[in-house]
Amino acid sequence: MTIDISQFVQAFLDESFEGLDLMEVELLREQALDAEQVNAIFRAAHSIKGSAGTFGFSAVSDFTHGAETLLDEVRNGKREMTPEIRGLMLEAVDRMREMLLAARDGSAHDPDRVAETSGRIEAMLTSAHGCPGTDAATPVAADSTAAQSGVTHGESRPTPAGPWEILFVPQSVLLRSGNDPLGIFAWLAELGELTVHCETDALPALGALVAEDCLLHWRLRLDGEVEEAAIREAFEWVEDQCSLIVRHLGQPPATVSEAPAASAPAAPLDAQPQTAPGGRPVAANGAPVERRADAASIRVATDKVDTLVNMVGELVITQAMINTIGHSADQLDARAVEQLRHGLTLLERNTRELQEAVLSVRMLPINFVFSRFPRVVRDLSNTLGKQVNLRIIGEETELDKGLIEKLVDPLTHIVRNAIDHGIESPERRRAAGKSEAGTLVLRAGHQGGNIIIEISDDGGGLNRERILAKARAQGMAVPENASDRDIWQLVFAPGFSTAETVTDVSGRGVGMDVVRRNIEAVNGRLDIESTEGQGTRITVRLPLTLAILDGMSVRVGEEVYILPLTAILESLQPTPEQLHTISGRGRVVRLRGDYIPLVPLHNLFNVPATHERPEDGIVVVVESAEDRAALFVDELIAQHQVVIKSLETNYRKVPGVSGATIMGDGRVAMILDVDSLTRLHGTVH
Amino acid sequence: MSHPGTLRTEDHGAAKRELLTFRLGEEEYGIDILQVQEIRRYESVTRIANAPEFVKGVINMRGTIVPILDLRIKFRFPEVVYDDFTVVVILNVDNRVIGIVVDAVSDVIALAADEVRDAPEFGAQLDTDYLEGLASVGERMLIIVDIEALVRAPELGLVDAEFAA
Repeated sequence: MTIDISQFVQAFLDESFEGLDLMEVELLREQALDAEQVNAIFRAAHSIKGSAGTFGFSAVSDFTHGAETLLDEVRNGKREMTPEIRGLMLEAVDRMREMLLAARDGSAHDPDRVAETSGRIEAMLTSAHGCPGTDAATPVAADSTAAQSGVTHGESRPTPAGPWEILFVPQSVLLRSGNDPLGIFAWLAELGELTVHCETDALPALGALVAEDCLLHWRLRLDGEVEEAAIREAFEWVEDQCSLIVRHLGQPPATVSEAPAASAPAAPLDAQPQTAPGGRPVAANGAPVERRADAASIRVATDKVDTLVNMVGELVITQAMINTIGHSADQLDARAVEQLRHGLTLLERNTRELQEAVLSVRMLPINFVFSRFPRVVRDLSNTLGKQVNLRIIGEETELDKGLIEKLVDPLTHIVRNAIDHGIESPERRRAAGKSEAGTLVLRAGHQGGNIIIEISDDGGGLNRERILAKARAQGMAVPENASDRDIWQLVFAPGFSTAETVTDVSGRGVGMDVVRRNIEAVNGRLDIESTEGQGTRITVRLPLTLAILDGMSVRVGEEVYILPLTAILESLQPTPEQLHTISGRGRVVRLRGDYIPLVPLHNLFNVPATHERPEDGIVVVVESAEDRAALFVDELIAQHQVVIKSLETNYRKVPGVSGATIMGDGRVAMILDVDSLTRLHGTVH
Repeated sequence: MSHPGTLRTEDHGAAKRELLTFRLGEEEYGIDILQVQEIRRYESVTRIANAPEFVKGVINMRGTIVPILDLRIKFRFPEVVYDDFTVVVILNVDNRVIGIVVDAVSDVIALAADEVRDAPEFGAQLDTDYLEGLASVGERMLIIVDIEALVRAPELGLVDAEFAA
């Protein structure tokens, strides 16, 4: 039997990219790293080196070896984690990533750059150990190891040598992951004198035997001067696929570790979920969103899965209850009907909760995107010689996975723009009476049914005159006496850039228009506020999820449409006095002193309506990105939660419509897009 | 078990392809059967605002939104009726699922490539862009529709997804 190793390569790459992301996050921490964090970095490097070797990416494993050695010295307290080492390690992370990307895409990496970084790591390794003040007795890192619980690091704990008993019970899938117990035993045999006893109790009859299943387990005895950590290291690659008990013979307290509660060095990648030392979710940090926007898998916190399981349990119980009522009585008497109603209410609640819980599985903290920015800001401000403090607020805000993936590029662009064009050089800032370091704030949060992401800087702000001059020079139509708001919108026009010099960072004018298109593609809106000399704030407003919408169904003639509840301000039946015409054609509704343009939906969509006069029907006042509008419909039907279905899968984008949904009776109803409706209205008149 | 289509392939030697034939008015049309996903009754559709006239609207097909095109309107038939015999042929073209409304589905036949003649040019009075060719089946004439060309038609705007709102 040959095993096709290529099927594991993808998993290796995925894990390695996660490992690199994790290293990066830890390295970019502002505070000094504690032992646990250094360990996490080391383990990631170690794991990448090991698996890269297994899969034949020798360039990667050779390169990583140097970085691992350096990290090991930091971990063992022989060195301090100096800013130089941090910088070097970040550089190494970049090189590893390049090499792995090249391996993934079958392209070639740049060997010179790798050699350069490699050379610098070598130089660092051969240089005198950086911390003369700390001798072996009080190494810095070891100090904090002692302060930490230290339980998770078997290898750093001295363990007695001596005869060991090892009980190794692999899961049946062990062989399929390419692991070979014989290889492990061969390794152990090098450590000392190994006696192997194989237990065959679990073997089925020959006819029922599946050759790929591993049904054996082993009892081993190892004599010799061996540390427990060395033994565990031999099982490093299989520890999540077996139960392993390592016991020191003749000296009880046994160390028992079960697979899921993995305790040993190779676990950085599964040791993720919940919270890291900083209280920030590590799942977020460890995720490879940024460079793999096409990732088809999703990491879900265990408690969300538990909730789902509980809810399904409740659903089953409710179903059983209803079933019992249905079968017990030949004729439903009043009492049974009452029970049935109660059951149905319960069922409705279970279903709704289950729906919410299932949707929440797709929700990830926005930190998936934000976590990349410390690096971006650091690199960019170094390149540009600027000082930037980054503040991140609300990184735990959850939003749909699909949205997150589509946010990475536009947000990165905005952040780069803010540093390149927004925040001034330290000299200019001093001259303007500001602190030398600029501040960039990323803030995420909920507001109603929307997610708001703000990127604000305290830089120079947008320059009205320059934008106007540039727009005129490029032949764009600029309204007379344009408001600031109108002018800021020019920034989003294709090909627009006011940068005085084109840098490789930005200034080519490709960008803001793409940013806007990307955000609008996920039904988001983009706003700019800016005050000259004080800074710029860009606000991205996004729907909570791509899949579900709270809507109001409205009727026009025989057609039913869904209006997003978030867009509706109010609805009313206008009196004739509230309706006015403008130059005989356009009509407005007067509402508390405001005049709101009347948009008869039946005109817009060219369908027959029941009521021709607004005062016979209903007007729904909606708010779009630019303005308010009063949609005139025949009737409001009901409020629903609707599942958004794409029209574009099989048809195309329809003006005025953001998608479709399937109503309770199986018919399709269009979901209206208020922004596009008001624009459509503008073109009709 | 051999298929009737493959049986006939043998005596001709050349590769044959199978077509689903259907009626539009008095005329008989054929489309490549490999594109046919299912055939269903005509049911009421949800209109799409400001769509071309032959786009009847969309239906819900087991959770998927499928646009329905009426070929009779597209080919400018004078009489378009929806009755109990009206059927919708669901097609999968270029990874899009669409439905076409036809008067009735008749048959499945196999045709060799050399049995298909090019459709004659009619000039401006008749749109032959979507006709792949003509074939004789006994006494009958079969008009073979190039459904991909139809789906790519600019007025439908399916392929060029960049639709100016």
